[in-house]
Amino acid sequence: MAEQTIRLKEELESKLRLAKDVQELEQIRVEFLGKNGLITGLLKGMKDLSIEEKKTFGQEVNVLKTEAAELIADKGEELKNAEIMAEINAMPDFDISMPGTLDRGSYHPITLVQRQCEKIFKSMGFTVEDYSEVVTDYECFESLNIPKHHPARDMQDTYYLENGQLLKSQTSAAQNAIYKKYKDALVNDGVPIKAIFPGRCFRNEATDACHENTFFQMEGVMVDKNISISNLIFFMKTMLSEVFQKDIRVRLRPGFFPFVEPGFELDISCLICGGEGCPSCKHSGWLELCPCGMIHPEVLKAGGIDPEEYTGFAFGLGLTRLAMMKYGVKDIRDLNSGSLKSLSQFTDDE
Amino acid sequence: MFLSMNWISDFVDLTGLDKMELISRFSLSTAEVENEIFNKGSEISGIVVAEIKEIADHPESKKLHLLKVDAGDGKLTDVVCGAPNVRVGMKTAFAKVGAKIGEIDITPRDLAGFTSYGMCCSEKEIGISDDNAGIMDICEDVAPGTDIKDLYEIDDIIFEVDNKSLTNRPDLWGHYGIAREFAALAGRELKPLECVNLEAFENLPKLDMKIEDELCQRYSCIQVENITKTVSPVNMRIRLFYCGMRGINLLADLTNYLMLEMGQPMHAFDSRKVECLRIKKFDKPFTFKTLDGVDRNIDENTLMICNNNEPVAIAGIMGGLDSEIVEDTTKLTLESATFDAVSIRKSTVRLAHRTDASMRYEKCLDPEMTVTAIGRFLKLLTDIDSGVKVVSALTDEYAFKYDTVTLDFDKKFVDRYTGIEISNDTIVKTLKSLGFEVELKGDDFKVIVPSWRATKDVTIKADIIEEITRIYGYDNFDVHTALAPLYPVRADEEKTVEDRLKDILVKRYSLHELHSYVWAYYDEYKALGIEIEDNIKLINATNPNIETIRKSIIPTQLCQVKYNTGYSANFGVFEVGRVVNGVNAEGLCDEHKKLAITLFSKTKSVEQLYFELRDILAVATEDIRHQELSFERIEATKSYQHLKNLNKIFCGGKEIGEIGVVHPVVSKKIDKKAVIVYAEIDVADFAEIKNASISYVEPSRYPEMEIDLSFVSDKFAPIGEAIKSENCDLIKSISVVDTYTDEHGKSITVRIVFSHPERTLTKEETMAVVDSITMKLENSGIQMKK
Repeated sequence: MAEQTIRLKEELESKLRLAKDVQELEQIRVEFLGKNGLITGLLKGMKDLSIEEKKTFGQEVNVLKTEAAELIADKGEELKNAEIMAEINAMPDFDISMPGTLDRGSYHPITLVQRQCEKIFKSMGFTVEDYSEVVTDYECFESLNIPKHHPARDMQDTYYLENGQLLKSQTSAAQNAIYKKYKDALVNDGVPIKAIFPGRCFRNEATDACHENTFFQMEGVMVDKNISISNLIFFMKTMLSEVFQKDIRVRLRPGFFPFVEPGFELDISCLICGGEGCPSCKHSGWLELCPCGMIHPEVLKAGGIDPEEYTGFAFGLGLTRLAMMKYGVKDIRDLNSGSLKSLSQFTDDE
Repeated sequence: MFLSMNWISDFVDLTGLDKMELISRFSLSTAEVENEIFNKGSEISGIVVAEIKEIADHPESKKLHLLKVDAGDGKLTDVVCGAPNVRVGMKTAFAKVGAKIGEIDITPRDLAGFTSYGMCCSEKEIGISDDNAGIMDICEDVAPGTDIKDLYEIDDIIFEVDNKSLTNRPDLWGHYGIAREFAALAGRELKPLECVNLEAFENLPKLDMKIEDELCQRYSCIQVENITKTVSPVNMRIRLFYCGMRGINLLADLTNYLMLEMGQPMHAFDSRKVECLRIKKFDKPFTFKTLDGVDRNIDENTLMICNNNEPVAIAGIMGGLDSEIVEDTTKLTLESATFDAVSIRKSTVRLAHRTDASMRYEKCLDPEMTVTAIGRFLKLLTDIDSGVKVVSALTDEYAFKYDTVTLDFDKKFVDRYTGIEISNDTIVKTLKSLGFEVELKGDDFKVIVPSWRATKDVTIKADIIEEITRIYGYDNFDVHTALAPLYPVRADEEKTVEDRLKDILVKRYSLHELHSYVWAYYDEYKALGIEIEDNIKLINATNPNIETIRKSIIPTQLCQVKYNTGYSANFGVFEVGRVVNGVNAEGLCDEHKKLAITLFSKTKSVEQLYFELRDILAVATEDIRHQELSFERIEATKSYQHLKNLNKIFCGGKEIGEIGVVHPVVSKKIDKKAVIVYAEIDVADFAEIKNASISYVEPSRYPEMEIDLSFVSDKFAPIGEAIKSENCDLIKSISVVDTYTDEHGKSITVRIVFSHPERTLTKEETMAVVDSITMKLENSGIQMKK
């Protein structure tokens, strides 16, 4: 009887060898291990055997059953692996160098430099203020100690509106409102005024590669009991080193602006040559960057702050100029052009 | 303004000091010096005085002469010269062999068959004037061979100060004031100006002069005659030339020289034309010919100098042609005056004619200077022409006097402002060197501001701080941080919202941020068929295309979309910018900050694009404020709005903006094949939406049940309403899974998801809800599809 089990095993093995997929394997399983399968069928011929033989044969058949189940399971595993491999092999090699479609948005470059500056000032405890574009004569001039006949008020520089208001020609126009907003906290609770106000400014002039009638500035003020020129220099140097992310040397020259006294023009060491002298700094080693100064007593007074008790400094940074310097924009008009070919290049830059 | 180091050195001895270093300190302490500094005279060397001894005509050239000159080296040198003004006995500037003129080395040179051993030079060639008509004619009694640089002040350092940095310093518009700064910076003494004492003429008759208008602050004049010289000394001409002026004649040169020296403009009239000087305005406009021959329109606000009723000069700006010094002038009247600065500036603007004089008057000149200037003028004139005779007494009317400015402060004030220690001694020394009178008692200072700084420049204590610190030098400051108490810094909500909106639009929806102008662009709007909305206007726009302030960003944004149609088949742009919605009750502009978004597509349907934009807004509000949007259909009122699908947007019960499709007329002008949708949100209104708090709901552990229901309806709203009105806790979400059109019309398939937090739902309980919904809808005429 052993031959029968051996033969059947051999037959199973040869069929399994030929099995190509899971369906065929299932057919084989049913053929051999099914209820009426070949292996169970072996037991049918057992009735003619002796008890001893029955026992032996029964054991053989059981062994075969186990072996057959294992063989089929192994084959099943083999077929599954083969299928995965086939699926793997079926995948083509992608050409990762294929140009893609980079669908991403962009920020206006002014937003980028403005955010960089805001981040620096916020880290030093400054509030970021917002202010309107249309302001009054009082805000833009009168409260800033710019007398009625000052050339800065000339019609050709400022855009005036029918109702006597004007488009702000400088972010300093927000100073008075800032002082008034925070003076009570300053006087009553000793909270120093530390604020920046980025904003759009307007000058009534013809535009060319270097001139725009619409541009951005950022004003900053700090007012407290003992704010000094020494603090101002320290602060400007620290702040500008952060802005340009390198150690910047600064120097002050006297500069006349009605809303500061003393007023300064601030130069920074040339970013290109570091002060050695090169064509971009006209070989002077310095770049004129921003006006600043100690807030004029009349300006503090107009803001409701007693200049005998408090002092402060103010500065104005040209955000548009900063953006142009930082990104190498040569024509200022590109910034308001709305051209996506230009402006879609400016992605998040923090 | 150009400045001469030689001239400055007339008034302060700078021997032994590095001039370039001083100039750079001046730039850091006083006024901005331009980068380029000129070393005059460094271009030439080896040029000597030579006398022409013999002249012969060139055999072949009519122009050239063959000269023999004595250059002081004991022999006669052969020179070929083309100048027309050669004559025997003339002394001229001669560049010997070995001399240098700029890039040229003088060597023996063959000229038309003869060898020239050197070159006779014109003033232009030496660089001391622009006269190139002939070779220089040296009149001084000087031996041949004398180096020209020993004879004249040719070597000089000339630097330029940016006029803008002098706007508040009337005292710096002449060399004497500049010299005072150099003296202070170098710690050297400022020499007094040498002047003629005018008291000597006290007994002579006064001139007939009267100020008849308050715009004239002071008018001083004097009369002189017997002027025999007409040509200015070479050194004077060199200084004028180096400082950017041309030599004209002695009197004109002298008035210019004095202006450059003291900053005081002066004018010389022919005395015959100004017998009765009156300073006044006229009631009616008229034309007046100034000495440059131009007819100028004078109006009733322009101050004039007159001879009785005959105008002879525009005060502070320019003299008239008719009263100019002419050849037969024997007697001249010298004017030295001060006028109201604002009036001069306004007249200058009206006449569109700015002169060296008016530029100075605009700065508020010191009236104390007028008489000194006359004394100085006479000193310079008599040095040149000793026979000059003063024939009148000084005639001087001082109508407006500035108050003396006295300032009191103490050491503590200086310490607080500077943040560093500057000693009392240094303060006193610095202020005195700048002409301030200082009195110090303990730590208390009393300072009298000198007249030349007291016209508008130094008026308050803080001005004194500038004087002390600029001379101290900002580079010498010990810098330190400010000490201030710590308080939390609160961010501005509107600004925060603006930033977050930008981030969502750029990072999630790949939109591009643009900036456009705050005014309507007439031409561009017209090209797109967009009407300009009536609004407040600029009254002085130089460009007529930009007069009206925009009421909405959308039109300016559409102009930019038009510009970008070739950029991509699909793109979206946005701007956070300002608009003005007329004026409010107080007459002030009603300004708003808006977010404008425009989506452009050549491949999507207008419906797709519209919903895309709606979802962008819905996600933004959900993300920032955790609130849903709702809409309300409105009528189109503007030329760029499509008549359909224009909706107001609400959030948290607040109207925040509108969403719409661009009108086909405008849309087609932008791009024939594209669809364009837009939305505009008021940023302040958005910021005011209440932030709904996040309340966490634990997801049910029991299976959800989804039921899809199809209704014959072209609108979702009534279906949504019906489901909502069930107010059933078991409904977790509602969504539209399909819309389609068949023979029954448009159908909408809605999916309702049910779930219970604590148990598995039964079919019965959900069907009860569904039945109630369908019943309601059927009652309102919306059939469910079986």
